[in-house]
Amino acid sequence: MRLFAFWSLVAAILAYMTIPTLVVLMTSVNPTEILAFPPEGVSFKWYQKAVTYPDFQIAFKNGLIVTSCASTLALIVGSAFAWLVHRYDFAGRRTLEAVLWSPLIIPHFTLGFGFLLLGGAFQLQQGYTFVVLAHLVLLMPFVTRAVYVSLANVDPNLALAAANLGAPPFQVLTRIELPLVLPGMAGGWLIAAVLSLTEFTASLYVTGSRTQTLPVAMYNYIREYADPTVSAISSLLIIATTIIMFIADRTFGLRRVLAIDAH
Amino acid sequence: MNQRRPFFVTFLAPAIVTAVILAAAMFEVLQYSVREFIPGSLNVGGFTLDNFVRIQRPIYWWVLLDTFYISLLTAIFALVLSYPVAYALVRARRDWVRSLLVSLSITPLFTGEIVRTYSWMLMLGSDGFVNSMLQKISLIDMPLQIMYTRFGVVVALVQYSMPVMIILLATAISHVDRDCEKAAANLGANPSAVFWRITLPLTMPGILSGIVVVFAWTMSAFSTPQLIGGGKVLMIANLAYLQGFSVLNLPFAATLSLIALVSALGSLVLMKAVTGRLERRLAIS
Repeated sequence: MRLFAFWSLVAAILAYMTIPTLVVLMTSVNPTEILAFPPEGVSFKWYQKAVTYPDFQIAFKNGLIVTSCASTLALIVGSAFAWLVHRYDFAGRRTLEAVLWSPLIIPHFTLGFGFLLLGGAFQLQQGYTFVVLAHLVLLMPFVTRAVYVSLANVDPNLALAAANLGAPPFQVLTRIELPLVLPGMAGGWLIAAVLSLTEFTASLYVTGSRTQTLPVAMYNYIREYADPTVSAISSLLIIATTIIMFIADRTFGLRRVLAIDAH
Repeated sequence: MNQRRPFFVTFLAPAIVTAVILAAAMFEVLQYSVREFIPGSLNVGGFTLDNFVRIQRPIYWWVLLDTFYISLLTAIFALVLSYPVAYALVRARRDWVRSLLVSLSITPLFTGEIVRTYSWMLMLGSDGFVNSMLQKISLIDMPLQIMYTRFGVVVALVQYSMPVMIILLATAISHVDRDCEKAAANLGANPSAVFWRITLPLTMPGILSGIVVVFAWTMSAFSTPQLIGGGKVLMIANLAYLQGFSVLNLPFAATLSLIALVSALGSLVLMKAVTGRLERRLAIS
C-alpha cells in the first residue's frame, strides 16, 4: 500500500515533467489554428509551414554554422586541456580550470552581454565570430568533463608500456590514448552540439537579424504570431534531440559522461 | 623542458586563449557598469558609481527582491518534487524502470529553454491544456489566469530546473551506505524512521547543493519570465534586457548583469562553505 502510494506520487511528478512535451507534439498535428485538446485531427500543414518559413530556414542554416564551428572548436580546445590537466600539474592550473568552468555559473545573459560588448569593441558584432566564441566558452565545461572522465578510465600502464617499448610521445598520444578516449570525445561533442543548437539567452544577445540561430528565430516568431508553427518546429527539435541523446547514451554511455549513473 | 613535458605549450595555448577571451568579455561588463549613461547614445561617458546608486530605487529593488523570492520558491518546490523521483531512480530494483526514469527525467534538459518555455505557454494559456482539462471535468467555468502571473512563472521554472535537481539528488542518494539503513532497521526503526532519520540526513549535502544550484540558476532565468511573465513578472535578466535593448542604457544593463553574476557566484561560495562543514560533520559522527 505504502509502495503503491509512493509510485503513484512518482508517476504524478513525472507526468508534470513530461506532459508539456506531449502537449507540444499534440498541438503540432492539430489542423486548426486554435488550440484543441485532444487534437481535432491529424495534419502536417504546420510542419510544412515551419520548414518553408524563410526566417526558420536561414536561422537553421546559421545554427548549423555556429554549432559545427563552436562544438568542434570546443572539442579541440577542451580535449587538449583535459589531457593536460590529466597529465601535468602546473602553476596556475587551478585558476585556469576555474575560469574555464565558470560558464556553468555565469548567467547566460551576463555572458551574452559581455560578448556583445566585446564584439562592439572590435566592431565585429555583425558576423559569426563572437556568436561562435560565446558558444565555445559555454560548451567548454561539458566537453572537457566528458574527455576528462574517459581519460581517468584509461589504464595509465598502457601509455607507460608503449613509451617503454620505445614509442615517442606523439605516437603514444595518437596510437594509444587517442583511440581509447575517442568515445568520450564523440559523446562530449554530441552533447556540445545539442547544447549549442538549443542555446537561447546568450545567442539572443550576440546574434543579429542576419546571424540569428533557430531558438532566437522561434522566440521572435512566438512574440508575433500565435499559430502552431512553433509547435511543429519544437516537435522536430524534441524528436531530433531525443534521438541524438539516445544514440549518445547507447554508444558512448551518456550517463557516465554526465556522471549520473546511480550504480 | 619541452622534452620532459611533451605537448605542454601546444595543448595549453588554446585553453589560455579561450580563458582570456572569456575574461575580456566579463571585463567589458565590469567596465560598462562603472560608466556614465549618455541618453540617446550608445557611447558611454566617464567613470561613475551612479549605476550602483540607481539600483537602490524602489522599482529596481522590487525586481531584485522578486527575483530572489521566485528563485527561492523554485528551489524549494523543485527539491520537494525531485526527491521522490531521484529516490525511485536510484532504488528501483528493475533495470528498465531505472532506464525509463532516467530518460523521462533527464531528456527534458536537452530540448532547450525556448522549446520548454513555449510548451508551458501551451499548457497555461487561457485556452491552454490546463484550462481545457479543468473545464472539461467542469471544475471551473471560466479559464483561470495563470499566464502572466508569478505562479505561472514558478510552475514553469520548477519543471525547468528539476532535471538538474534530480541528477544532484540521485548522486547523493546513491552514495548513502545501505548498511546504515539496515542497521537502523535491525535496531527496530520502521521504514519511515529509517528514511527521515538516516537517509535524508545523509543526503543533506546533495540537498543543499541542489537548492543552491537551482537557486543560482533561476536567479539568471530569462526566457521563462520573459514569455510566461509577459512583462508582468520582471526578473533581473528581463530588467537587464529591457535596459540594454529598449532603453539602450548599456551601463545600467551591465550593472544589473554584474549583480546577477555576483549573486550566482556568492550563493555558490556559500554552498561550498556550508556543504564542506556538513560533510565533515557527517564523516565524524
